[in-house]
Amino acid sequence: MIKAQVHSGGRGKAGGIRLAKSPEEAERLAGQILGMDIHDRRSSGWISAATHQVLVALGVAIAREYYLGAILDRDQRGVTLMGSAEGGVEIEEVAREAPEIIKVEADPLLGLQDYEARELAFGLGLEATQVNDFVAIVKGLYRAFVGEDGSLAEINPLIQTDDGRWLALDSKMVLDDSALARHPGVENLRDPDEENATEMEARAAGLAFVKLDGDIGCMVNSAGLSMATMDAIKNAGGAPANFLDVGGGATAAQVLGLRLILTDPHVKAILFNIFGGIARRRDRAGHRRRPRPDRRHGAASWSLRLLGTNQEEGAHPAGIRASNLITAETLDEAAEKVVAASRGAAVS
Amino acid sequence: MAILVDSNTRVLVQGITGRDGSFHTRQMLDYGTTVVAGVTPGKGGQEVHGVPVFNTVRQAVEATVPNVSFITVPARLNATDAILEAADAGVPLIICISEHIPVLDMVKTYARVQDSGSRLIGPNCPGVITPGQAKVGIMPGFIHQPGHVGIVSRSGTLTYEAVHAISQQGLGQSTAVGIGGDPIIGTSFVDVLRLFQDDPDTHGIVLIGEIGGSDEETAAAFIREHVTKPVVGFIAGQTAPPGKRMGHAGAIISGGTGTAAEKIAALSAAGARMANSPAQIAALMQEALANAERGTGNAK
Repeated sequence: MIKAQVHSGGRGKAGGIRLAKSPEEAERLAGQILGMDIHDRRSSGWISAATHQVLVALGVAIAREYYLGAILDRDQRGVTLMGSAEGGVEIEEVAREAPEIIKVEADPLLGLQDYEARELAFGLGLEATQVNDFVAIVKGLYRAFVGEDGSLAEINPLIQTDDGRWLALDSKMVLDDSALARHPGVENLRDPDEENATEMEARAAGLAFVKLDGDIGCMVNSAGLSMATMDAIKNAGGAPANFLDVGGGATAAQVLGLRLILTDPHVKAILFNIFGGIARRRDRAGHRRRPRPDRRHGAASWSLRLLGTNQEEGAHPAGIRASNLITAETLDEAAEKVVAASRGAAVS
Repeated sequence: MAILVDSNTRVLVQGITGRDGSFHTRQMLDYGTTVVAGVTPGKGGQEVHGVPVFNTVRQAVEATVPNVSFITVPARLNATDAILEAADAGVPLIICISEHIPVLDMVKTYARVQDSGSRLIGPNCPGVITPGQAKVGIMPGFIHQPGHVGIVSRSGTLTYEAVHAISQQGLGQSTAVGIGGDPIIGTSFVDVLRLFQDDPDTHGIVLIGEIGGSDEETAAAFIREHVTKPVVGFIAGQTAPPGKRMGHAGAIISGGTGTAAEKIAALSAAGARMANSPAQIAALMQEALANAERGTGNAK
């Protein structure tokens, strides 16, 4: 088997997993897969990149295919183990088409118990002779999930061969960003070819930044408000260029956030939306250390809205004296003005 | 009345000697909140803005009888330990603003807090304010006005947006509750909706959700069955790309669940009036309250 190694689901459908019957065929198929962009936007967000690695693995005679996953379950406020006899398909599709998914909740304080894993095994209709091996795999998956601070760990497909052996043919793990500090080795596993360079730089500075494909930059001081700001721009007929939560403090991070927006060649206008409680005197927007806008992007209009603690100081940002600064009282008004400005209209 | 915090609230601040703890203690005192004690291990005997500091929550509880603990301890200094200490000392209401707590730590902490009988709000939330009575949180106090609209939200600044708009409209708030943006939180929309429904001081409810999870759908089912007061809703993240984390760890959507469109549809079907932007919330609430008073139209 030749398998594309990319951070995305749906590889098989996209032609990224192929069966070769000879070494020559393997070479030919690998050559076809290398260089293909098979990222599925739904599972990988906005990454698009050529495949640059393939895994060559022995093909096996599959008797049965299963899905096995451990997931952080918000509704149950715990860890839920899921299994399905429809292995090899994305679990979201299984859930849509044939919701034959068996779920058990791990004890939140004691961890996954043997009986919980057995309930999963028998729920999937496994034979008595299969159950012990399966339980060991479930417990191993749970141990990996908890040990690495996962929010998702999947084996899909988990297969049983003709001669009764169990094999994990593919797996996927999503780790909890908030727990990375206690897993120092994990950072080395990052694959820069599979991530957006701007997002990586932002993350290193502790900023939440997501690149989008519009032309209006957003500089906002919270996650929820940033999403609402993007929505308002869309409702006003524009398209946001990014999601950015600059948080409530740290001027240096805010400066970086602004630079990330200014260096995006697609950005024609920027909406600042700052509403807060945590702003202290020194954190005011537009503090002296704000960088000068890059000349190439000097035409960008700035729409500013700032409310909150120390509002008077914030409303007179020291650094922002650009003549193309437009102010607004409400988010909707700011969105309308920034969309107009991005189209070159004169706005005051 | 109002819910969760009021003029009888006695606040303990865990992490009071830290930067955020000290700053927000000052802000809460200035608002008129009764802050009776602080805790920072090893700094017992000191004072912060005139508030006595203790080494352990148990000592603070014995000496000053707080009924709310406000936790400002950062995640890297073990915020979940602070939550457990407050629960173990029997503080009935624990409000935790700390962000970036590893989520599997919260799984265990939540389970233990449930067993203790304490109520946890947060983590990663702005806190709770009953205007004119008590502010236990990091929200800017001055935008609030005493009144009869209850607000519950997963996002801090969007709560402020709604509060600001409601105040500008000449309506005020009974209580505003930020339940937090993390995947595992102590108090859900449904818990707060139940409190607002039972609170005679609350005449209408604003619910502000965002993409990710299914708390809003669960809230919609509860509203349909149990809420007779008018509800105005807003969901952030209509334009968010799927599969991406939008700042809040909770706001990640994958596959077909947790999208803004599904949440808006569920809440609309339950009778909530849905705003397209935070600015519309106040006008919709005014209209809903007027209808409810006249006894005409859809009360919700």
